Amino acid sequence: MQALIQQVLNALQLGSVYALIALGYTMVYGIITLINFAHGDIFMVSTYVAFFVGTALMSRLLHLPGIVVFVLTMLAAMFATALLAVLIERFAYKPLRQAPRVSAVITALGVGLFLENFTLATIGPDPRFLPKFFPVQTLTVGGVAFSNVQIIIIAVSAVVMLLLDTVVRRTMVGMAMRAVSWDKFTAPLMGVPVDRIISITFAIGASIAAIGGTLFGMVYTVDPYMGIRIGWWAFISAVVGGIGNIRGAMIGGYILGFVEIFTPVILPASTYRDFVAFSLLLVLLIFRPYGILGRPVAQKV
Amino acid sequence: MKRFSLLIGLLIVMGLLVTACKPKGPETIKIGLNAELTGGVPVVGASCKNAAELAVEEVNNAGGLEVGGKKYKIELLIEDNEDKAESAAAAAQKLNAAGVLLMIGPNASRNAIPAAEVAEANKMPMISPWSTNPKTTIDAATGQPKKYVMRACFIDDFQGVVAAKFAITELGSKKPAVLYDVASEYNKGIAEIFKRTMEENGIQVVAFETYTTGDKDFSAQLTKIIQAGADVLFLPNYYTEVPLQVQQAHKLGFTGVIFGSDSWGAKELIDLCGADCEGYFFTTHYAADIATPKAQAFIKAYEAKYGKTPDDVAALTYDSFGLAFQAIQAAGKIDREAVNQALHNVSRYEGVTGVLQFKGTGDPVKSAVVLQIKGGKFVYYTTAQP
Repeated sequence: MQALIQQVLNALQLGSVYALIALGYTMVYGIITLINFAHGDIFMVSTYVAFFVGTALMSRLLHLPGIVVFVLTMLAAMFATALLAVLIERFAYKPLRQAPRVSAVITALGVGLFLENFTLATIGPDPRFLPKFFPVQTLTVGGVAFSNVQIIIIAVSAVVMLLLDTVVRRTMVGMAMRAVSWDKFTAPLMGVPVDRIISITFAIGASIAAIGGTLFGMVYTVDPYMGIRIGWWAFISAVVGGIGNIRGAMIGGYILGFVEIFTPVILPASTYRDFVAFSLLLVLLIFRPYGILGRPVAQKV
Repeated sequence: MKRFSLLIGLLIVMGLLVTACKPKGPETIKIGLNAELTGGVPVVGASCKNAAELAVEEVNNAGGLEVGGKKYKIELLIEDNEDKAESAAAAAQKLNAAGVLLMIGPNASRNAIPAAEVAEANKMPMISPWSTNPKTTIDAATGQPKKYVMRACFIDDFQGVVAAKFAITELGSKKPAVLYDVASEYNKGIAEIFKRTMEENGIQVVAFETYTTGDKDFSAQLTKIIQAGADVLFLPNYYTEVPLQVQQAHKLGFTGVIFGSDSWGAKELIDLCGADCEGYFFTTHYAADIATPKAQAFIKAYEAKYGKTPDDVAALTYDSFGLAFQAIQAAGKIDREAVNQALHNVSRYEGVTGVLQFKGTGDPVKSAVVLQIKGGKFVYYTTAQP
């Protein structure tokens, strides 16, 4: 029983990160029906921004309290990553908006490769840890160990997702986003600034990935290729939940977190993780191609 | 006028003949280096490259290598294998095409095994400094030793046995656990031999957990290990992943001793792991603090050139070059077959990492050391004889 609760906690921690990244995939798809394969690498860049800003702020000269540094680092990562995503959209995707869908997808893959290799060439391949913003404390309650960092990851992710859900459902920007995703030809006729809304969507998606990246960097190492595997898992999360659907991406993220943790618990080896995750995707695509919360659309890629 | 041009023509022809007959300038010996410069273990590639350049520079500064009464300069050709099996094989092919006399590297077994296939097929002598998996020098199809592949380090069998015996005698382990990368030959090889040795000594491994290269979350497996009541944890994994595994084990409440293999031996392990790895052990090839005069000279030269202490990869790469130079001189000519024969006939080579002996195969007989991480440094703990 303790082991089970422990594994559930482990799965929630991982699932939170997947959910945060899956949101970026799903939002961009929702608004311009583009699978932004560079998103995993945008996430990677965000962890590097967090690494450099965090390391600089933690220097002995400033004497800032850990929690302040943590918040500042996260804000810096969010801002820088949002800017990067908007620039990518403006220069790589926007010129292709009228081009065949495949061209944009290939461009996205290219942008991802560019980000990976640019990071590799300029920063180098060594893995790094973010500085410790606050001492890690492990608490054991009834045989279940959990750390303060783990609680922060799960809690911050939950708050961010609630906030995003509110923004999309309750604000003017959210309404405009839904309008563009609903009908991008009629929306501008109603006075919705489509280009600006698309930019805002990219910025929000990237800054949520940056929140995920900062949280991720607190417990895992940062390296130039980290975006590939996590990007794929988050992409599956988005598809499983129903790509284009924000609540679906959140649910999908947690499902994939549970798949990753519980595969080695139930099956003899963790080697089956990717096998189980991709099988889940295949089975789902056969029986429910639009995902758990997605709606069937007549238009096809 | 006609006669004049004839004369000029004659002169030109003669001039050409003279230059053709002139003795050639000092030729070079091309040696290839197949290293992990980028990818999962970049520090390994950097150390390998540094030591290779140092070894070649020393010979060239002394006027070159004397073979059959003539001095040859060494030309080092460096290829990056990106720490990928397919790139390692491609790099080996590229070096072969460039006409190298022999190839040093790759280092990680996952790269050395495919590269060894290429070396064997092209009859190109290869010395891997750091690959400890038995399959590097053994032909998988026939079970016979490969003819052109050697290494400068001991093999996983030996390291797995040393680690298991260390856990029993020094750590007093009754319930050992292992977490290893099932997608990497090196990790898998050592883990399996560790388990077998434990069982031969009547001790059951309570948890034998796996992951795949690139994973960053090990909480599921570590939770299983802790639930199984493990008293020690063996992590025969690369320095890039070990800090994550150790930190996650601590966060989940693991309190036993953690130990590993020679893949821990990079300074970056301490940088990444910090206090979490303090007091832990690993088996490896040499200890900088008990080095012989030859090793001291190498350590000094390396520190002077690169400003840091050489790790085991650097020491083994340096030894691979030393071994190659000795064999080329013994062969007496610049010929792959002759050099390969001479390499296999090396009965004793005193290197930086100890005395190497070859007994008919490409695997040397040499001792291992156990190091402890103490105060942010690798400190000699004990020696294990073959």
